[in-house]
Amino acid sequence: MADKSTGTNEKSGMSRRTFIKNSGLVAGGLVGGGLFGGLLTNQFQKKPELAAFSDEKISGGLQEARVFINRAEDFKILSAATERLFPKDDVGPGAIELGVPYFIDKQLAGEWGMNAKEYMKGPFITNIQAAGNHNNSGNQDSQGPNAATQVPTPTPRYQSILNRGEIFTLGLRRIDQVSQEDFGARFVDLAPEKQDEVLRMFEEDKVELKGVGSSNFFYMLLQVTIEGAYADPVYGGNKDMMGWKMKEYPGPRMSYLDTIEAEEFIVMEPESLRNYQGH
Amino acid sequence: MVIKLDKVDVVVVGTGWAGGVVSAELSKAGYKVVALERGKNVTREDYIGVKDELRYTDRYEMMQNLASETITSRNYIDETALPVRTRKEVMVGTDLGGGSVHWAGATYRWKPYDFEIRSKTIERYGEKKIPADMTIQDWGITYDEMEPYYDRWEKTAGISGEPDPIGDMRSSDYPNPPMKSSPAVNLFMETTKKMGYHPYRVPSGNLSQPYTNPDGEKMNQCMFCSFCSHYGCDFGAKSDPLVTVLPTAMKTGNFEARTGAYVRRVLYNDGKATGVLYTDVMTGEEFEQPADVVVLAAFTFTNNRLLLLSKIGQPYDPKTRTGVIGRNFNAQFNITFLGARGYFKDKKFNYYMGAGALGATLSDFAGDNFDHSNVDFINGGGIELRQYGDGAIATNHVPKGTPGWGEEFKKNSVYYANRSLVVWYTMATMSYWHNFLDLDPMYTDSFNDPLLRVTYKYTDQDRNMAKFGIEKSREIMEAMGADIVDEDEVPEEFDHIYDGMHYAGGVIMGTDPATSAVNNYLQMWDVNNLFVVGASAFPQFAGHHPTATVGALAYRASEGIVNYLKNGGQLVKGEQKSHSI
Ligand SMILES: Cc1cc2nc3c(=O)[nH]c(=O)nc-3n(C[C@H](O)[C@H](O)[C@H](O)COP(=O)(O)OP(=O)(O)OC[C@H]3O[C@@H](n4cnc5c(N)ncnc54)[C@H](O)[C@@H]3O)c2cc1C
Ligand code: SF4
Repeated sequence: MADKSTGTNEKSGMSRRTFIKNSGLVAGGLVGGGLFGGLLTNQFQKKPELAAFSDEKISGGLQEARVFINRAEDFKILSAATERLFPKDDVGPGAIELGVPYFIDKQLAGEWGMNAKEYMKGPFITNIQAAGNHNNSGNQDSQGPNAATQVPTPTPRYQSILNRGEIFTLGLRRIDQVSQEDFGARFVDLAPEKQDEVLRMFEEDKVELKGVGSSNFFYMLLQVTIEGAYADPVYGGNKDMMGWKMKEYPGPRMSYLDTIEAEEFIVMEPESLRNYQGH
Repeated sequence: MVIKLDKVDVVVVGTGWAGGVVSAELSKAGYKVVALERGKNVTREDYIGVKDELRYTDRYEMMQNLASETITSRNYIDETALPVRTRKEVMVGTDLGGGSVHWAGATYRWKPYDFEIRSKTIERYGEKKIPADMTIQDWGITYDEMEPYYDRWEKTAGISGEPDPIGDMRSSDYPNPPMKSSPAVNLFMETTKKMGYHPYRVPSGNLSQPYTNPDGEKMNQCMFCSFCSHYGCDFGAKSDPLVTVLPTAMKTGNFEARTGAYVRRVLYNDGKATGVLYTDVMTGEEFEQPADVVVLAAFTFTNNRLLLLSKIGQPYDPKTRTGVIGRNFNAQFNITFLGARGYFKDKKFNYYMGAGALGATLSDFAGDNFDHSNVDFINGGGIELRQYGDGAIATNHVPKGTPGWGEEFKKNSVYYANRSLVVWYTMATMSYWHNFLDLDPMYTDSFNDPLLRVTYKYTDQDRNMAKFGIEKSREIMEAMGADIVDEDEVPEEFDHIYDGMHYAGGVIMGTDPATSAVNNYLQMWDVNNLFVVGASAFPQFAGHHPTATVGALAYRASEGIVNYLKNGGQLVKGEQKSHSI
């Protein structure tokens, strides 16, 4: 799938910075040699734009590198999007500080991202709307048990030929494209409220996303963002158990036999799977 | 080339509660039994130290790998069914012990009314109360006949509980007292008692104390560790086939559990099952396992699919409404377990603690315990409050009106993490002529065999009952003192989500071979040496969880199989009734 390079940058005169940031041009094959590549990497190191790239203060920083997402641009879009879904505020750290983008990258590289345990045999319904099938009338999750509190999966649910990794690559680039077309700037450069508007367009299926449907992608992104905030830190998110601390969640414990009857709320210093397994 | 193995007395497909009980009973009775299990060989050690919400609750580690096989699903007969592709959308057990290892443990007997629902409804409300499309029927067995089997299963499983104050005859108490309680459970108990209801503690397969069952199997006390439903138990404290019936079978020396054995056909010749054909999933080799008796205990989907693939029994045809295999598919889906969620502004519960079946319930609105003359449905359900022990990923409940993401979502979801409780209605689902199973004409598994196709839609009966249950749950939640009470919404249509493994029917039991596939020993009417055990035998679903009934029926079937091995023949005489369906 070729990225569409937009006219925006060219019209405004191409500074070195926008040139490098234009992934469309990069995809176009300009980057061949190490020189340009080095330049690119350098650029990011000199101008860290997102906290995810400066990890000195965060433990385990050495374990963080992209293993699924190739383009740094895609990763920056992912980081910025997750931060809007789960922002840093006075309650506690946001997605980036929690390591959510790296968590997602790892998830995409694994079983989940590759749909290893899902049924992926055809035929695939290429036009769900035309198939007149499966109660298209809306998002049935607004009707299910505890509907308001679950991350929805729109019907007709997963019917894509693409696996989650492919959907994310497509979706992240589409986020950027929509930002440029409708708001005149790269997603990462948009003001937070504008970023929210872009994300909402995906949530409400107002963006066409080939073969998937934009809300499908959006809810997958939302689900995996929340997972990254609260899953055991062994997967690369929930950095230093900060997600659990925020929620007063103690992590895996051997036993609550002695406390199950307690009337008062008990706050425990969280422990992880690593503590639990004891090795 | 198919490798033909030595004949055994009994071959059992599946090693969950259904297959486990049959294996234990038949091997104890001295018969050579082989159980075939498609999944891995697992032991308790596989579950020690794996308290990992992402891997088990969100990525469904213990559920069937769908890459090679799933089901297809549609609402209406004229639709094209689509495959249910992800494990988020369908949960089916696999590996030694099956879904019976990752169950939560809530254990209910069904009511006398449930077993004779058609006659009892007509008796009390007249024939008109049953809608024309509804195909509910009596089971061909009464509660009084089922009682000894329930009793045996509860003792084997070490169920911990107290009797339902408005419940039915029991020949003995639960083998263990109820589990410890918690403030949230107490709040539900006290409130509903004040409201004039009859709450009691959910009978549980999470053991309240160390216990040795009648077969000599030891189980430990539950630690309330919270990693229960979707998980195997770290401590051997949850009653499952791995700590009960399978070791019992093993000890006899007459039993072999063969894992990685994916059964693809029941072999059938001249009115008799001769064995099964299976593929070794490690080598790809094909084997024929001959046996005197074939037992299908591979859960609802596989039980139905194997019969259809093997062309045994007459498939149900919704156009003519004749045939039996696939008829009366019934289930508890999302429309079940609806209720009300309460948010407490100034009260916190230790809700991260819990156990699969820790909770309280009441049956004032279950079965026919209340007068249905003025409601537009039959049957009912339990009302439950359960404290599973909430995981951190799962607990993002926010009051209605809160956006689904962003700053406000984060603030509320963190604030209410231990401040919200839910009460729900575990309602019954009735069978209809248009809800059934057959083979899909388009989609196939990795052997190119057709997938099982589900056709299922909700009805007014479902929606009316759900509304009723939500209303009752809301009243209770308000009385419990929640500051905000949010009601669940009744879904318009079935959403093709198959979670929780409460799917049943298709190989149902009854008295009439024209409308049932098996007799009340779960013996097939037309094949004397083929027994089909599990929830596939339920003609309709009661308003409670299924597993105790699966366990009890497995004891009933075991008795029948022993009887058949000794005396042969059809154990029950079928009654031809001439009512239309
Ligand atoms: C998360 C969860 C929580 C639950 N909680 C409760 C609860 O609290 N209370 C309750 O009553 N019920 C509960 N249930 C339902 C309960 O798990 C089932 O009712 C019960 O396990 C059914 O037992 P079974 O023996 O019929 O099937 P299973 O235990 O699933 O056993 C069937 C076995 O057959 C094997 N099999 C299938 N096809 C083949 C094949 N082709 N070849 C070889 N082997 C095959 C499977 O691998 C499996 O091991 C829960 C289910 C889930 C998923
Ligand atoms: S809650 Fe109890 S029964 Fe469930 S897994 Fe933990 S110890 Fe076992």
